[in-house]
Amino acid sequence: MPAFYLRRHLARCLLFQFCEPETTERRRRWISQERDRVMHIAVCMKQVPDSGQIRVHPVTNTIMRQGVPTIINPYDLFALEEALRLRDKFGGEVTVLTMGPPMAEDSLRKTLTFGADRAVLLTDRFFAGSDTLATSFALAAALEKIAREFGEMPVIFTGKQTIDGDTAQVGPGIAKRLNLNQLTYVSRINELDTAAGTITVERRAEGGVQLLSTKMPVLITMLEGTNEIRRGSLADAYRAVSAKIVTWSAVDAGITDITKCGLRGSPTIVKKVFAPQAHAEKATMLPVEDGYDAAAALMNEIFKRQPALEADLMRFASGQ
Amino acid sequence: MIEDKFDAIVVGAGASGNACAYTMAKLGLKVLQLERGEYPGSKNVQGAILYADALEKIIPDFRDDAPLERHIIEQRQWTMTETSHVGMHYRDDSFNEERPNRYTIVRAQFDKWFSRKVRDAGVTLLCETTVTELLRDGQGKVIGVRTDRADGLAYANVVVLAEGVNGLVGERSGLRPVVTPESVALAVKEMHFLPREVIDERFNLKGNEGVVIEAMGTITNGMTGTAFLYTNGESISVGIGCIVSDFEGTGQTPYGLLEAFKNHPSIKPLLAGSECKEYAAHLIPEGGYNSIPQLYGDGWVVVGDAGQFVNAVHREGSNLAMTTGRIAGETISWLKTRRDPATAANLTEYQRRLETSFVMKDLKKYKNIPDFLHKSGAHVFTLYPRLIAQAAQTWFRVDGKDKRAKEVEIFNSFRKGRSLPGLLGDAFKLARAWR
Amino acid sequence: MSESSRASTRKELPEHFKAYKHVWVAIELEHGIVHPVSFELLGEGRKLADKRGAELAGVVLGGDAASVAEAAQSCFEYGADLVYTIIDPVLTHYRNEPYTKGLTDLVNTHKPEILLLGATNLGRDLAGSVATTLKTGLTADCTELAIDEEGSLAATRPTFGGSLLCTIMTLNFRPQMATVRPRVLVMPPHQEGRSGRIIARELGMSEDDIITKVITFIADRDSNKAQLTYADIVVAGGLGLRSVDNFQLVKTLAEVLGAEYGGSRPLVQKGWITTDRQIGQTGKTIRPKLYIAAGISGAIQHRVGVEGADMIIAINTDPKAQIFEFAHLGIVADAVEFLPKLTEAFRSYLSVNRLAG
Repeated sequence: MPAFYLRRHLARCLLFQFCEPETTERRRRWISQERDRVMHIAVCMKQVPDSGQIRVHPVTNTIMRQGVPTIINPYDLFALEEALRLRDKFGGEVTVLTMGPPMAEDSLRKTLTFGADRAVLLTDRFFAGSDTLATSFALAAALEKIAREFGEMPVIFTGKQTIDGDTAQVGPGIAKRLNLNQLTYVSRINELDTAAGTITVERRAEGGVQLLSTKMPVLITMLEGTNEIRRGSLADAYRAVSAKIVTWSAVDAGITDITKCGLRGSPTIVKKVFAPQAHAEKATMLPVEDGYDAAAALMNEIFKRQPALEADLMRFASGQ
Repeated sequence: MIEDKFDAIVVGAGASGNACAYTMAKLGLKVLQLERGEYPGSKNVQGAILYADALEKIIPDFRDDAPLERHIIEQRQWTMTETSHVGMHYRDDSFNEERPNRYTIVRAQFDKWFSRKVRDAGVTLLCETTVTELLRDGQGKVIGVRTDRADGLAYANVVVLAEGVNGLVGERSGLRPVVTPESVALAVKEMHFLPREVIDERFNLKGNEGVVIEAMGTITNGMTGTAFLYTNGESISVGIGCIVSDFEGTGQTPYGLLEAFKNHPSIKPLLAGSECKEYAAHLIPEGGYNSIPQLYGDGWVVVGDAGQFVNAVHREGSNLAMTTGRIAGETISWLKTRRDPATAANLTEYQRRLETSFVMKDLKKYKNIPDFLHKSGAHVFTLYPRLIAQAAQTWFRVDGKDKRAKEVEIFNSFRKGRSLPGLLGDAFKLARAWR
Repeated sequence: MSESSRASTRKELPEHFKAYKHVWVAIELEHGIVHPVSFELLGEGRKLADKRGAELAGVVLGGDAASVAEAAQSCFEYGADLVYTIIDPVLTHYRNEPYTKGLTDLVNTHKPEILLLGATNLGRDLAGSVATTLKTGLTADCTELAIDEEGSLAATRPTFGGSLLCTIMTLNFRPQMATVRPRVLVMPPHQEGRSGRIIARELGMSEDDIITKVITFIADRDSNKAQLTYADIVVAGGLGLRSVDNFQLVKTLAEVLGAEYGGSRPLVQKGWITTDRQIGQTGKTIRPKLYIAAGISGAIQHRVGVEGADMIIAINTDPKAQIFEFAHLGIVADAVEFLPKLTEAFRSYLSVNRLAG
């Protein structure tokens, strides 16, 4: 088995000239460890504003942040639950990682109430303004440090995407940086063999489901609706209140090159932010009165405005 | 289960639970607080007015960092009909004092702050944890709680029930009777957002000055209830509430009443152009003194809305909640320092301290008001507002009629509307209930 | 903020990036079929390329020569000047490793200035890997692409759940990458017989090099699959329907019209409909000829997903509902009462005319 990994590792280093040198080191360590021991699993999580409650100020067109609560990105909960299930099955630990402001500690603590074993907060002013590339850089560095401190992770989970950024790009970015096999939109983990280091999953693809088999370590982005986050026990909830949140700055996480972080490490820049334009024309309101067939009137108006649609519908009706 | 044993478990993180937990923690007790909501305050709804005095006795320097919206410098009491309001306004620049007496607050933010204070004082708060029953020993003494979480037992010397008006633990355990539809009001409220300058201009305010409008009349369609409008920093809270049993069979809904109130010609211009962001409904215990349940027993006490501590006449509730919470906390700590167990006999001290406070004195004073309103509600909320408005119309309209004739007309309208004995009877009954 | 940290906000393109020219679209070819979003991107790519005085290229990766050739021909007919192809058996099914290598190698060799992908499961899986490998900027889920006065790609996307829009630029890195969701852009005209150059390259990877294996592909059963995105008529319901039982009214109307049905986000959260039928910023973007929204308030996050419809009909009890701000025709009515009437109106009209015809 080690021979296989080494060969693969060499092949990859030749293939991907952009691989960071530390990746090779990381892989070697993982290979050298006993893989059939208990599992250490990492879950990347983001604290986000509850987008359903965001309002734009009607007068100033700016975001009204007042009172908008923050939540754990809902998609990440599917990842966390899947990680907890693997831990329950194989034994081991789940470490949750987030990058964000100090107040992201609230969400981390909440993951502990669900039963996560450890929470790591990556926080530093250098991270401010990170785009997806800079975010995956920082998270990858922190994951490497987590592996060094708390044990290698054969599986790293993220949610499918966040509800504030909606990019779905940070997970793949981490996979690429850590040279992990990337499994996105996973709807089910069918098989996981810790001794052989293999994993088989169902992946949501366009127009169907791919059944994929690969070698660990892997990065999995979990599809929504695949499970439901558990309620932790009373002891979990109690432990979470006073648990120590591991808090790392950029330097703590082993990041030496801060030019790759935050605004400076982000190739994209936000040129401008603006409110969507109000429509010039409002809807033409059709009257609704007693004794007046508003439904028929609506249908006629539709056909009047879209004659082609009437023809389409006729064709459909006669085809039936 | 939780291995640690606590001096006290507080059920609920509302105003009374927070006040009680904070007081005990500051006096060195080990306190566990359990809240069924997702976060502290998620189940709390209030107008909301903060009464500085009650909070000052718990956190003297709360003004330093509590999220306060505006301090109140003007009170408007309105009696309303469909098209009018007759008002009594009191505005005084002396309310712009160094330590103002009343503030408007947004509960979501205030509760977040209060809970932070509670936790900083050393209380362990667990959210999304519902207490399902009380644990008792062989003698029936309460020794802890069972929660809805797996392995959900926790033990303490005393359990404080601060679970609100419709808390189930006290009811299920037979400690409190089930609340009746006659003794609770259902209130709804909305938050309407407006720029600060617009609010300042509409209500003639500057800085952090605020206005309170309390209204009654035909707006409740004959039911016993009141409406309010409070100015916050960048929003207006507007709400209305009526006794639950009054709704039965009328086909009326609280939301329908609120819509009508918002569209009242006296209210509508105040809200024009605002964006409604939040809608909330809540039950308020308004049964008064006569509906206060047993407040203590072996290993347990009741505080806040769970104990029906609301002064409906003065629309005070949160201050009674905080005060009963504080007094319960002080009593429990006092017993601990004396090394007295939390038996029913020892906890009579809680009742004794309540009796000497304004809480019980005020509730006792108004103990017959709920009954009076129940019997005379139709007159109080519909007839009199109409008569008063009509009188004002007659009096202020200049139409060539002489003033003496106007006086007679007003007097006759009252006599015709309610008859002389009726008027005298109402006055007598009100005076008796009020004393 | 120091001077250096603001460097990226000014355009100072490093010398080695100046050779990057032309606009590319990564074509999604799976199981012999090109995803329509690829053609939509070619339509937009054509405009960008013309503005930059550059060429428009499609990039087709696939397992068999015939379907790649067919896809390449389609690219020409939708506006591409040239097509880069890689044909290799390992590309038969989409997998991240070989596709990432194929695309990044092509980029490094032929140096495009702009690279567009569909914001589909495939496109998002691939774009993140490619952008990270190339260490360049990627703007996901754009709703508008333009070229600014300095010649850079200005990619506009919704943020904060659609309440605001932001324009994002990658000034000093190349290629400038962006993904766009299906149906956000207009399908360009099909030009039969149009042709162009094909540049074929090798992948340089064998099956042994690839760790991840596709054991099997289970295609969705058609009856199961919501064809919302490309439906001509869509009927959707919101919380105004009040109960899951009333949602049947939406399905019935959809059936009479031969339409697809969907719903707003709260319905998914309530479990009335499945995620694949959610319409809006976090669900599907649609561009039907006719969209009927019943009991939907029209929050910004919903509006973003339906604005492209030719005609929007709104039924809502609240005359102040936001949906009337952008609908074409509005009816202030309870959808639960009105939908059956509308269904009946269509049903009788269509049956009468069918008999007549």
